[in-house]
Amino acid sequence: MEFGFVKDYSQYFINGTISTVVIAVLTVLLGVIIGTLLALMKISKGRIPRIIASAYIEFIRGTPLLVQISLVYYSVSFPKFVFLGIEMNRFIPGVIAMAINSGAYVAEIIRAGIQAVDKGQMEASRSLGFNGLQSMRYIVLPQAVRNILPALGNEFVVVIKESSVLSVIGIVELMRSADIIKAAIYKPFEPLIVVAVIYFVLTFTLTRVLGFAERRMKTGD
Amino acid sequence: MIDVIDLYKSFGALQVLRGIDITVQKGEVVVIIGPSGSGKSTFLRCLNLLEGPSSGKIIFEGIDITDKNNNINKQRQKMGMVFQNFNLFPHLSVLANITLGPIKLKNIPKKKAEEDARLLLKRIGLEDKANNYPSQLSGGQKQRIAIVRALAMSPDVMLFDEPTSALDPEMVGEVLEVMKELAADGMTMVVVTHEMGFAKEVASRVLFMDEGTIKEEGSPDEIFSHPKNDRTKEFLSKVL
Repeated sequence: MEFGFVKDYSQYFINGTISTVVIAVLTVLLGVIIGTLLALMKISKGRIPRIIASAYIEFIRGTPLLVQISLVYYSVSFPKFVFLGIEMNRFIPGVIAMAINSGAYVAEIIRAGIQAVDKGQMEASRSLGFNGLQSMRYIVLPQAVRNILPALGNEFVVVIKESSVLSVIGIVELMRSADIIKAAIYKPFEPLIVVAVIYFVLTFTLTRVLGFAERRMKTGD
Repeated sequence: MIDVIDLYKSFGALQVLRGIDITVQKGEVVVIIGPSGSGKSTFLRCLNLLEGPSSGKIIFEGIDITDKNNNINKQRQKMGMVFQNFNLFPHLSVLANITLGPIKLKNIPKKKAEEDARLLLKRIGLEDKANNYPSQLSGGQKQRIAIVRALAMSPDVMLFDEPTSALDPEMVGEVLEVMKELAADGMTMVVVTHEMGFAKEVASRVLFMDEGTIKEEGSPDEIFSHPKNDRTKEFLSKVL
């Protein structure tokens, strides 16, 4: 095996890595917004919001990410436009599809985190005279966040890995960069190894940082 | 102050309360005793609608709180509640636990609320714990602070749901002491408890509950020394 190409194509790897990280960050941020809404719908008293949220979560978790990405990409035909050197007509639907997918998983993480807070907390808050929404805001959610954050970190790791699927709609993230280099140097294997190592360094670092943050949070109790 | 009229409560097929009528006067200390599963905790939790009654009415200070058109959150501000498991907010300091309600619900300025909270803490001898978190406190300290948290809202009545049942025996006394002081200050109290000594000493009226109804009520002397109902006699013979 020969890795001399890495130097010549380093810019591709760097751009691909940045792209992957940016996609993952945006996906998780949007996923948290979608997930929070779904989680609140799922634990609400209303039957209809509960059914809608459940149906969404079941459907998304029961269908492949690849299918979802293609569905979003081909259902909205963005006009081609480039911004900051990125083809936004691919990037935007790609991130939206990832967020729609991640939101379903995040919803379950948030719901479990909220329901893990002792019921007595809500009762104590209500007995002081806080209404349901205020009790959520001041008492339940701040405690739920401690349950949610570690699991959300894992979701981040999952999203980094799964974003490789976005290469099929032509977004130049890490996986797609490997494809491009592969075609340029007529070697299939080596670029993939380099990319695999980069993915691993990303996720391994993140896992370590999360573990450290989690321990810090525990001692802060 | 509180009028309970023909109160029923069932959980599914299980009938927990079967027709309760009582009146609590201002300044009274009503102590509810009875065996486990007799519905006494459920009854207490109905008084501030933590459990919604299946039927019947609860009139608090002239307002029917079981009427959905009345804002229960406003009424709950005047009904302090103390739980068996304390339910302090673990993510907030002792001071924040006490001041959250007054600041957010009564719009009392933070500085004033904290001064008031420190005075209350001083009364129970825990002013040095103001900046601690609940996890750093003993059970007895937690429960005394839970009482103070409810008092900080200046309630008209205090509801106690087995406040000493989750405590180590040596900590029961300090919590009962705070409750006795409250009673001596003229606070209206409804107390569900297994502490018969407290009931004898502090209660203005004792209710004996069994199978979802009030079997007997009277002064502590009437209930403990001259019980009339057979079920009351049997219960007291076991616990005294």
